[in-house]
Amino acid sequence: MYGRKVRLRFFFIILILLTLILSVFLILKYLEENVVYFQSPSEIKVLSEIKKNKIRVGGMVKIDSISMKEKEIKFIITDFKNEINVIYSGVIPNLFTEGKGVVAEGYLKDKNFFLATKILAKHDENYMPLEVKAALKEK
Amino acid sequence: MASLIGLYSLIFGLCFSFLIILFSVKNYRHKNTFDNKIIYLTFLQLFFVVLSFLGLIASFVNSDFSNETVFNHSHTTKPLFYKISGTWGNHEGSLLLWLLVLTLFIFLFLLKSKKQAKQYRILTLLFQQIIIIGFFIFIIKTSNPFNYIFPVPNEGLGLNPILQDPALAIHPPILYLGYVGSSIIFSSTLAATTLNYISKDWAKHIKLWVLGSWIFLTLGILLGSIWAYYELGWGGFWFWDPVENVSLMPWLALTTLLHCILILEKRLVLTSWVVVLSISTFTLSMCGTFLVRSGILNSVHTFANDPERGIFILIFLFCLIFLSLFIFFFFHKVKNKDTDNIFWLSKETSILINNWFMMYFLTVVLIGTVYPIFLEVISSEKISVGPPFYNKLIVPFLIPFLLVMAIGPNLKWIKSDLKNKIYLLIFLIISFLLSVLIIKKLNVNFLINTILVTSAFYLFFITSRDFFIKKLRNLSQNIAHFGFSLLILSILFNNIFSTEIITNLKIGETFENEKFKINFENIEQKDEQNFKAIIGKFNIENLDGNVEILRPELRIYNQPNIVTSEAAIKTNLLKDRFMTMNIIQNQDYFNIRYQIKPFMIWIWFSVLLIGLGGTMSLFKIRYED
Repeated sequence: MYGRKVRLRFFFIILILLTLILSVFLILKYLEENVVYFQSPSEIKVLSEIKKNKIRVGGMVKIDSISMKEKEIKFIITDFKNEINVIYSGVIPNLFTEGKGVVAEGYLKDKNFFLATKILAKHDENYMPLEVKAALKEK
Repeated sequence: MASLIGLYSLIFGLCFSFLIILFSVKNYRHKNTFDNKIIYLTFLQLFFVVLSFLGLIASFVNSDFSNETVFNHSHTTKPLFYKISGTWGNHEGSLLLWLLVLTLFIFLFLLKSKKQAKQYRILTLLFQQIIIIGFFIFIIKTSNPFNYIFPVPNEGLGLNPILQDPALAIHPPILYLGYVGSSIIFSSTLAATTLNYISKDWAKHIKLWVLGSWIFLTLGILLGSIWAYYELGWGGFWFWDPVENVSLMPWLALTTLLHCILILEKRLVLTSWVVVLSISTFTLSMCGTFLVRSGILNSVHTFANDPERGIFILIFLFCLIFLSLFIFFFFHKVKNKDTDNIFWLSKETSILINNWFMMYFLTVVLIGTVYPIFLEVISSEKISVGPPFYNKLIVPFLIPFLLVMAIGPNLKWIKSDLKNKIYLLIFLIISFLLSVLIIKKLNVNFLINTILVTSAFYLFFITSRDFFIKKLRNLSQNIAHFGFSLLILSILFNNIFSTEIITNLKIGETFENEKFKINFENIEQKDEQNFKAIIGKFNIENLDGNVEILRPELRIYNQPNIVTSEAAIKTNLLKDRFMTMNIIQNQDYFNIRYQIKPFMIWIWFSVLLIGLGGTMSLFKIRYED
């Protein structure tokens, strides 16, 4: 039969292939589970079903829509076509203001209500999230 | 005036590149000894780039708003320190800094490599000049820091306030020293491959550069992380944000390279692997610059960007990759068929195994960072990849990684056995029992946490033991590995034991839960040079009646008009108490976040230890020379 060295190398190659396949499989699987999609209020309006996945919603904070309580803050995200109510309890970034861009991450309760778990804002006064810019441009 | 000098120096510097190439090629062909004229030319090039950089600094200090870069990023009321640091706090200036370090390093390289062969030195210089010319053209064509604007504005737009911070003022230069240091590794590896010059001596000589850039990269990442902790007010130190990831990727590649160079130095095996790693380290550093500066990344903390510049870097990057792959496939010869003779139980096998783990971590980070960009280009679907992706894929594989890291240094080179190694098993059992004791009482996932903490404790104990057994032998390696075990332990305990409260309070109100009471006593205002501060006073009463006062701050900057939060942090050896507050326009409520973060100081300290290990190793090499 084959020499010890050949068998060893054969074994080695199989091992490498197996680990490669395993790691690619793992990475793809978790990628699929942990990807967060971005949607604008208008895109949410036309959804056929409400999924349980985490998503991001972006747009402008509607003027005069913020109301604050001890435990939570409510506001409306608008893309000037459609809007969605957001309920959030957590840290509010410095640049979160009425009339400025915002991205909220969280779960859809229904087509009009969004439970946010995180609010993102960039640290620049002129900044508008790329997604928001694109969503606003579409209108 | 200063801007004008800067611009002309920059163009002169580019001219010197061609002179250097001319003389080098002549010298390469005709003479047997290295022509010292080349060193003078390199020095002159460095001189002009430094002059150009000083010109930019002078423009910033004098608030010369006829310069577009200064106008966009400075303001007369800014403190002097931040006027200077503003020089590299923007795209144009930071690229000029890149160029400065590129020319500085090749000059140092020529000075430090006198013992090496002439052809190798010249070829390294030539490869480095290709990169340098690329950057010169990039700066002059697409991001000239000396653009003139007319009519001259009276006042600048100001520097983003969250960049006005001591840690972030020195973060880019340090990080760039690490990034650009890898360019020397890249150039010299290509030169060595072309000339078939890779040897044990070469490994020893290049190790100095690998270690140097590794130390700077480590410290640079640490500074960025500390800054994010206290300035962004999220109370964390790592967010798996794309901008952080692009600095982690070269670090992973460089760390792998560092360990491979050790094997190469001892046994002259794995030469191809070293070449591949050198190329990927520099490519990843370039990619880092490209991704951060081009605006492709949608991150929470990229500050200056412009998509058109990205295309230039991308093309340049492709040329470099193509060139290096060409050299690798056509010139690289595997010298020694020793690769087959690596015994399964030896130091080099353990290093190799962990090399593969590091490559796996690198792949995960790379895919997580690049996949969203890729998907947007092909399907215009906008996504982001969250921390759970990285945690789930990386954390479980840390367990074997830590175990191999503990056992490896206690094996011999070439061939090892398990005689007298019973202590390895004993320490494993002790670590396991200790972890069970700690984790049992807590309300967390028992299995995964116990195994993780076990492996971290294991590395901790084995490296602690090595301090006594090996004493001064391998001290630098031992300190670095000990630092790493401390880092993992601190991060784990930080995650497990952290508590957090987020609430909205009006002035005078009190928040209460079963653990403590937070009383928002008052606020006061203060006027500073370029911002107004609102300082809140909070009394936090623990269960045992201890009252702690924290004063988080809000800063309202005049130019640009931005509000930033300054966290109030009280640090002791066991835990950090961390508080931020924020206001929203037209609301009475303040948004308050209070966190107790255990072992924060140990996270910073352990990274310093890792860096210290590298530094000691660096001085050991120099001492031996």
